[in-house]
Amino acid sequence: MTEFLLATAGVILLTVAVGLVRILSGPGDADRMMAAQLIGTGGIGSLLLIAAATGARGVEDVALGFALLAAFASAAFVNSGAPAEEPDADATDGR
Amino acid sequence: MILLQALDIGLAFLVFAVAAWTIFARGAFAATVGYVVYGLLLSLVWIRLFAVDVALTEAAIGSGVTGILLIGAAARLRGAEAAADEEQPSGFSRLAIASLCVLVALALAAVVLLFADQGPSLAPQAMQHLPETGLGNPVTAVLIAYRAFDTMLEKVVLVLAVVGVWSLAADKYWGGAPGEARAERPEPTLAFLAQILAPLGILVGVHIFWVGADEPGGAFQGGAILAAMWMIVMMARLTEAPQTRARWLRLALVAGPLVFLAAGVGGAIFAGGFFAYPPGFAKPVILFIEAFMVLTIAVTLPMLVTGPPRREPRR
Amino acid sequence: MNLAADLFSVVAIGAGVFFYLAGTVGLLRFPDALSRLHALTKADNLGLGLVVLGLLPRAESPLAALKLVAIWALVQLAGATTAQLIGRAVRRKGSAA
Repeated sequence: MTEFLLATAGVILLTVAVGLVRILSGPGDADRMMAAQLIGTGGIGSLLLIAAATGARGVEDVALGFALLAAFASAAFVNSGAPAEEPDADATDGR
Repeated sequence: MILLQALDIGLAFLVFAVAAWTIFARGAFAATVGYVVYGLLLSLVWIRLFAVDVALTEAAIGSGVTGILLIGAAARLRGAEAAADEEQPSGFSRLAIASLCVLVALALAAVVLLFADQGPSLAPQAMQHLPETGLGNPVTAVLIAYRAFDTMLEKVVLVLAVVGVWSLAADKYWGGAPGEARAERPEPTLAFLAQILAPLGILVGVHIFWVGADEPGGAFQGGAILAAMWMIVMMARLTEAPQTRARWLRLALVAGPLVFLAAGVGGAIFAGGFFAYPPGFAKPVILFIEAFMVLTIAVTLPMLVTGPPRREPRR
Repeated sequence: MNLAADLFSVVAIGAGVFFYLAGTVGLLRFPDALSRLHALTKADNLGLGLVVLGLLPRAESPLAALKLVAIWALVQLAGATTAQLIGRAVRRKGSAA
């Protein structure tokens, strides 16, 4: 069973690696903003599998923190990649 | 086993590749993204090294807080990026810098690979005396019990950093608030994310602090997650950064080191030595100190990230 | 019982990995940023959900199992909202991004 868990963790890491190659080289910043999301889902998946396989304790807390921080990083990327915007163009009200 | 080794080698290679990409990336934003990804992958490496507390800290500080700091800096430098690109160092100095970095990296790798199998270590004694501290997590014991003085000084360094950041403000802004004002109509999606994430994050942060006495976790990690939650609420512009001259803010900033120092002095009076804890009563004292450390860290890190005050102080 | 639980884990985790792979294929092959975003946030999240489902029988305690579900719910929420945020950013910067 541990071999299966490790193998699946390896496959997920591989998908993360391949996805990173695509995302980080993608033209434009919009692609790169997705990097935190990719690492979030893929990283947490392989983290949980590796922890289940090697018996490390307390890893669920790390995964919780990871999830929060990946969301936080994504929001920060979007917030800065698209610079602070004025109210939407279709919401002008002559102020 | 072969599979585990292959996984480790693959992970190491991935980390290496992301690091290399980050160095060669064009544009500050791309490099920052690479750095954050690198930090998150590195915390996977720490899990593989069975250093779960370090993994949590790496994810929280290494890629979370530092990543935000870098993103903010990259955003602020966006206008000047073109000008900065013109001033490239000459080819020769770049080669010299690269060789120096490679030499240092090789030296570090050689030292680590040539470690004796059983180097000198205090780990057995540290584990042996763990029950006296009442803690179950040896990392927390090292931080707050065996090496409490170092940890207190680290918190003092954080406060000094905040003072340094604030001193960058123009004279007329001293005492004002950093960051942007609260928006009247915050962007709805980001506001939604912040409103859902923040309560959960506060719960998780406090949980990780509390559980750090016996399981992986601790004050620093919990405080960093709390800081991230405050920062995301500020990013969504649901709230604004407080005035830097607000009394509660300044009190919160120094509360951690002050309580720590008081505990150390109290130890000299009640327990026979500077930073000694009364036997049998150590764990409550430790948790008390850690609670204030969490407060300080949760307030300091966002203050470092939002930067110097940029608005005039209000009456 | 143990065998059934193991079989369940294998099936669920295997399905999860399949969705991760599908998401990555989408990431590689879709023509523009918005559809790549879709592949990433929907497929990968489902993969994580199935992996979590497969790991539930192996959890050490009910609290640990609850945490696993909470992790997945959090990632799901963050993924959905991030997709909206990034989509909005892509649309605002023009489809050339």
